[in-house]
Amino acid sequence: MLIINNLKAAIAGKNILKGISLEVKPGEIHAIMGPNGSGKSTLAAVLAGRELVEVTEGTVTYFGENLLKMAAEDRAKEGIFLGFQYPIEIPGVSMVNFMKTAVNEHREHKGLDPLSASDFLKMMREKKELVEIDSKLANRSVNEGFSGGEKKKNEIFQMAMLEPKLAILDETDSGLDIDALRIVANGVNKLKRPDNSFIVITHYQRLLDYIVPDVVHVLYDGRIVKTAGKELALELEEKGYDWIKNEVENNILT
Amino acid sequence: MEKDQDKILSDVTSGEYKYGFYSDIDMERIPKGLSEDVVRIISGKKNEPQWLLEFRLKAYRHWLTMKMPSWPNLKIQPINYQEIIFYAAPVQRKNLDSIDDIDPELRKTFDKLGIPLTEQKHLAGVAVDAVIDSVSVKTTFKETLAEMGIIFCSFSDAVKEYPDLVKRYMGSVVPYTDNFFATLNSAVFSDGSFCYIPKGVRCPMELSTYFRINSANTGQFERTLLIADEESYVSYLEGCTAPSRDENQLHAAIVEIVAEKNAEVKYSTVQNWYPGNKEGKGGVFNFVTKRGLCKGENSKISWTQVETGSAITWKYPSCILRGDNSIGEFYSVAVTNNYQQADTGTKMIHIGKNTKSTILSKGISAGHGQNSYRGLVKVLKNASNARNFSRCDSLLLGDKCGAHTFPYLEVDNQTAIVEHEATTSKIGEDQIFYCNQRGISTEDAIGLIVNGYAREVINKLPMEFAVEAQKLLQISLEGSVG
Repeated sequence: MLIINNLKAAIAGKNILKGISLEVKPGEIHAIMGPNGSGKSTLAAVLAGRELVEVTEGTVTYFGENLLKMAAEDRAKEGIFLGFQYPIEIPGVSMVNFMKTAVNEHREHKGLDPLSASDFLKMMREKKELVEIDSKLANRSVNEGFSGGEKKKNEIFQMAMLEPKLAILDETDSGLDIDALRIVANGVNKLKRPDNSFIVITHYQRLLDYIVPDVVHVLYDGRIVKTAGKELALELEEKGYDWIKNEVENNILT
Repeated sequence: MEKDQDKILSDVTSGEYKYGFYSDIDMERIPKGLSEDVVRIISGKKNEPQWLLEFRLKAYRHWLTMKMPSWPNLKIQPINYQEIIFYAAPVQRKNLDSIDDIDPELRKTFDKLGIPLTEQKHLAGVAVDAVIDSVSVKTTFKETLAEMGIIFCSFSDAVKEYPDLVKRYMGSVVPYTDNFFATLNSAVFSDGSFCYIPKGVRCPMELSTYFRINSANTGQFERTLLIADEESYVSYLEGCTAPSRDENQLHAAIVEIVAEKNAEVKYSTVQNWYPGNKEGKGGVFNFVTKRGLCKGENSKISWTQVETGSAITWKYPSCILRGDNSIGEFYSVAVTNNYQQADTGTKMIHIGKNTKSTILSKGISAGHGQNSYRGLVKVLKNASNARNFSRCDSLLLGDKCGAHTFPYLEVDNQTAIVEHEATTSKIGEDQIFYCNQRGISTEDAIGLIVNGYAREVINKLPMEFAVEAQKLLQISLEGSVG
């Protein structure tokens, strides 16, 4: 599904990603962990097509296509979803209007007619239940005045509406209390199918108690320095990121 | 990042004007230039009574003593009034008895603009007065309205048929000495709409006037007079467009509203005069004096405007709250793109007791546009318990445009409560990216964000026009013109 090969990227001339290689197959959940500043969010931004990140080297192939050549909205319509670490507020634009526009763009891309208003509202109702989202939320402006937890739930709700093939969740767990964390994780688990994949970016292990990854990568200083099964997350939690730092530095020395 | 964002914004904010066509209609024009003779010719063309000619002449003589105001935050080339044609009218073959008597070219023009002049085809529930250059060519639903005692006709017809009403109210809200452009209009106004709603009548349909400048080098000077008698209600709309031309065209209009006791008037404008090209060449100079008088107690006047056109907009729809408990409202969205400039706002003059006013202004600047809000809230000595709430928001798209706010407060009564809020924001690259990531193109994203920003004002418009206004906002700021 997704093949990243030796990806290097910079923001404002500063090298952030220093050669990342990674393959995600259909049905897999990958967790990317790492200390602050290691490049986790930058990787998410590159995959979603954010222009402020400049790719300097490497390739990203998505279903055989060169992903880096695609515009952000086309990537979205081809099934890439980014759950934002800091969801953006759009005052005056209701969630209904926003999601209707997005869903119909996706449908048009697939050659389908736009949903009727009643079908659309029905779909919204179903998906809202899935993520236990307050029904009033739909009539409010996009993320405006939402609490931190509501914003994150709203990201999962949008994911449920758009049914992506590859969802990248960028620190969706940060700032969540334990109940919200459970709801978000349940949402993800319910949306899991054999043909879609997740990249879950997280700083802490606790989200992975609920969303069980197939593979865990540790990102440090722009490189993936360790890849293993789900037990790696527990090891990290126990030993802390200093363990990785030391290991990496020792490797460089040796 | 800044660079990318500005590029995105500059790409999508350079849309084309879609009403820029010119219609080849058989026209009668008088020679260009302004003089006492020209004023007499205009009055003569319209077979006006002596009192009206005298009104015009007084105004003209007063105008000669005046200077164009320099206080607006606008850069304007000097206007040569001797280069402007002050009267141009489509030639009519005979008196208009039916729609078939209208020049087919003219009908085509209005069809193209989406303003059918035939009643059966028209939007249900909207009566239209169509004004092209200097004259009104057709008023629809006149008879239906007349059954309820509602008068809706061209200003010229009103002068002939209802001279007492015109005489009593014309100039009562905007006197001929009021300001440079109002005085000019008082001297040379050609046509416009007249509307009278009798006591106790709720007007069953939206009344609307559609203004079109067609001829080159021609100024448009229309006058609208709207009288809502006691206990009446009317919702009134106006729309305007003009062909794309390299030279600037002058539009100086007056709108006067009188609301008697317990009467309510809603006046909505969707202004889309030609804004000039991307380099700032051409475009309409829009200098308009709009004022409503809440004459009786419990009367209410509400202005809603969506200003997307004109190279220059100078306009302050105002309310004089004379009646006790009267209410004035002003809701505005003003867009300046490319090299457009707008200096617009309102005046709320509280004279009566317990008077209330609300001001909500939303400025949107893109390209090199300059957008100023200028508003006065004045509470006179005897206006006890006056209440005002004002909010002025500015939205910037890109880094070459400007937003300015000039609120003036003059409060002479200690019981008054006056509040003012202001915000300035920028459409962020992050907002656009958020939409992109959900599959929404940048153009649609900007449309969505801008319409969200303007929603509170758009919601005040009558339904069909709200939809139109939303589209217009998007088109004014985008490259995608159908």
